[in-house]
Amino acid sequence: MNVFMLTLALMGISVLIAMIRAILGPTIPDRVVGLDTINTLVISGMLVYGAAVKEIIYIDVAIVYALLSYITTVLIAKYLEGGKL
Amino acid sequence: MRVFVSATILSFILWLLLTFNGSLWQADEILAGIVFSILAGLITAKINIKEHKNLSLTRWLMFIAYFPRFFYEMAKANFDVAYRVITGKIKPGIVKISPGLKNNLSVTLLANSITLTPGTLTVEVDEDKNLYVHWINVRDDFFQEHEEKCRCKYVCSTFPDWARRIGE
Amino acid sequence: MIWWIIYVCLGIGIVFNLLASLGLLRFPDVYTRLHAGTKCTTFGSIFIATAVMVYGLYEWWKGNDAMISMTVHSFLALLAILITNPTGAHAIARAAYRSGVKPAGAVVDELGGEKDD
Repeated sequence: MNVFMLTLALMGISVLIAMIRAILGPTIPDRVVGLDTINTLVISGMLVYGAAVKEIIYIDVAIVYALLSYITTVLIAKYLEGGKL
Repeated sequence: MRVFVSATILSFILWLLLTFNGSLWQADEILAGIVFSILAGLITAKINIKEHKNLSLTRWLMFIAYFPRFFYEMAKANFDVAYRVITGKIKPGIVKISPGLKNNLSVTLLANSITLTPGTLTVEVDEDKNLYVHWINVRDDFFQEHEEKCRCKYVCSTFPDWARRIGE
Repeated sequence: MIWWIIYVCLGIGIVFNLLASLGLLRFPDVYTRLHAGTKCTTFGSIFIATAVMVYGLYEWWKGNDAMISMTVHSFLALLAILITNPTGAHAIARAAYRSGVKPAGAVVDELGGEKDD
């Protein structure tokens, strides 16, 4: 059993727990917090998966995903604030 | 012009890092990198960055020297949060501190440092560069302290001094 | 030996990522949840990226030349996480405050206009 695959499985559990908060969250900022946490977990999951299958392309995707998810978070936050974009 | 040159050099270094694969770079890779870095620099030069004079070499070295101290505080912060997750003992509140920093770079650095260190999270920065910080466990002796410098010490130890040294 | 470094780093990373999502479930309001969701995931990601970086270096040392770029690219991804995560948390906190979410059970709120002294 590859240790990186085991790590990926355990991180899947924490993504599921964070997803419960994203579904339950009483207010919209709660859901955004859950989403932001899931994004960071998915980035580290991509790094681990890239190491597990020895493919560098997954790590490149992780870099792009990190930058795009940041833009998404800031965009939703700005929208909630109600200011001009 | 200064923004253009530094943005181009930074993008070119990033390109070299991203295309490095164990052997030396091919000539066409480097040529494409130069073209795209100059394009990125031209786009960035239009953005008005006020504090571009401040990034000298000593500041970069100071920034690197800041890392071990920062990492220590961050490790402490995480064990603190882990303790609070398990026991559920919290006493939240939003407090105001005035570190007296002048430019945007140092305030950004301080706000990010505060967010990643013990029990504190920057919520809002106002016009006079005062920071409003959400504190997960407000200490009682914080309210006895009226001198601004001491108030900062409770929330963010010596980070304002570091931010001043790096950013101003 | 080198595998033990990787095991320890991955273990610390998993523990802190799990704590982050547990904190997300247990804490009472947005701001305290942000504490858990930002700090713990950033710290856990540092260790997981370190494990991948060490693994890339190890493969490179064994003679697989292309694996050095796994180390370099993981470092760049880690840098992206370190810069963007606190900024995103700050954006969410400010948006939450401006859209009217008050901190639950707060002992003091100096942003709300009324001073404590």
